[in-house]
Amino acid sequence: MEKFMFIFHGGSSSALSPNDAQSNMQKWMSWIENLSKSGRYVSGEPLEPKGKMVSGPKKLVTDGPFAEGKELVGGYFIIHAKDLDEAVELAKDCPDFELNGKVEVRPVMKM
Amino acid sequence: MSSQSINQLAGHLFRHEAGKMAAVLTRILGSDRLEVAEDIVQDTLIKAMETWRFNGVPENPSAWLHTVAKNKALDYIRSRARHEQIHSEIARTIHSEWTLPSSVSRLFSEHEMEDSQLRMMFAACHPSIPEESQVALVLKVLCGLSAREIAVAFLTNEETIQKRIFRAKEKLREERINLEMPVQTFLSDRIEAVLKVLYLLFNEGYHPAESNAQTREDLCEESMRLVYLLIQNPVTRQPKVFALMALMCFQASRFDARSDSVGFVSLEQQDRSLWNKALMDQGFSWLEQSSEGDELSEYHVEAAIAAVHMKASSFQETNWRQLLSLYDVLGTLKSGPIVALNRAIAIGYARSYSEGLEALKNITELSNNHYYHSATGNFCLLLGQQDKAMEAYTKAMQLATATVDKDFLQKKINSISPSFV
Repeated sequence: MEKFMFIFHGGSSSALSPNDAQSNMQKWMSWIENLSKSGRYVSGEPLEPKGKMVSGPKKLVTDGPFAEGKELVGGYFIIHAKDLDEAVELAKDCPDFELNGKVEVRPVMKM
Repeated sequence: MSSQSINQLAGHLFRHEAGKMAAVLTRILGSDRLEVAEDIVQDTLIKAMETWRFNGVPENPSAWLHTVAKNKALDYIRSRARHEQIHSEIARTIHSEWTLPSSVSRLFSEHEMEDSQLRMMFAACHPSIPEESQVALVLKVLCGLSAREIAVAFLTNEETIQKRIFRAKEKLREERINLEMPVQTFLSDRIEAVLKVLYLLFNEGYHPAESNAQTREDLCEESMRLVYLLIQNPVTRQPKVFALMALMCFQASRFDARSDSVGFVSLEQQDRSLWNKALMDQGFSWLEQSSEGDELSEYHVEAAIAAVHMKASSFQETNWRQLLSLYDVLGTLKSGPIVALNRAIAIGYARSYSEGLEALKNITELSNNHYYHSATGNFCLLLGQQDKAMEAYTKAMQLATATVDKDFLQKKINSISPSFV
């Protein structure tokens, strides 16, 4: 098994009705539960939509947000998968595609 | 995370909490800031969704939501209070860090939140707000439905609903309808309007319209939840509120029996074993409680009518004489051709089909109502007047708009002797 990172981009949730928001959340929880049961899920965390950016030799500090709402990183997972193809298949179960979200699937480099 | 934490949220936690929080925040910020209150609710729910989906649902999800919403409200007040006026009952406390957090926290207590929902309900039913806007506002603010979801339920477009909601909010601002006053101040002159809106809401869900069954059940459930809030409060628990609750329970108990895989099933054809026994029992128990006092409201009579149907083991066994006398009483409380139509149907079964038909003929206002022509067709058919029955059902068919109604009428037309062309 190799490690992969899922980086979740966008997925506009601000216009969801309370019911839609709850059902989206429940889909995520079931997804994580399934990944945990099959021993795939390692960890994951959500990110606040705010923060600072430090950049360049002058260590310039600027305020977030760092990308358009639809590109903003909302969180990440670390999961186990056999290979990149399998990781991609697992990523397809992410509930946010219907909200136009994206999942970036990246192999964690082996040391 | 366990599946337990997922199931814990079964039901409609977000929707119900949205209604509670919107009501209390409007009470805190003033009804001219209803939209700010709604934004805070939305931000709170989105934050919960984004956090919980990774970390699981906290031990006490409601308390978590209330804390986030409360802090957002405090932030809002702190950033505005110096330059802008807040028109609400806590206005005097907001300029001091000594009093602000405690007065906001006090209104977030379970008891005050329930009270805030009642105040919101009574504010939304202010006589200056048109009825359709009252209904839309209650659904949006107190039931946590989006304009799109309301539009689906009412078979209209989102824009129309947005306009109705806008109108209601405009009136709240213009007429300075705030949530400061306790409900008993205008209880007597507004409870009628509140009950009417809740019953309208229920009927919108109960009517077998095209919109999806889930949405309609949601409307019924929401209206019953709000009636229950009225029952729980000592000030608003009046006999007619019990009566409305009884009526809703009886009607809701038939929800599953009213449609099958093919379509709408009329009361006559329903499989009565599908009626929900628990809801029926609740209905009878509320009906009993509604008889305290000597007030007789239209809801009492309508609930009693529903109870007669509930008690009958089959359509044929229905006590039509009792129904007829109840419709006579209802006619004195609530005039209108629909009561007359139902009374005529009761006459037809209690006395004779031809007397029923005669009573129908005397109703002149319903020439554009498909139920009227359908009832006429039914009695004609029972009297063996196939040509007249065909004529009436065809007329009904032309007037009906909902597919469920059309399917029902088409079945009736098809059942009329094929030798008749």
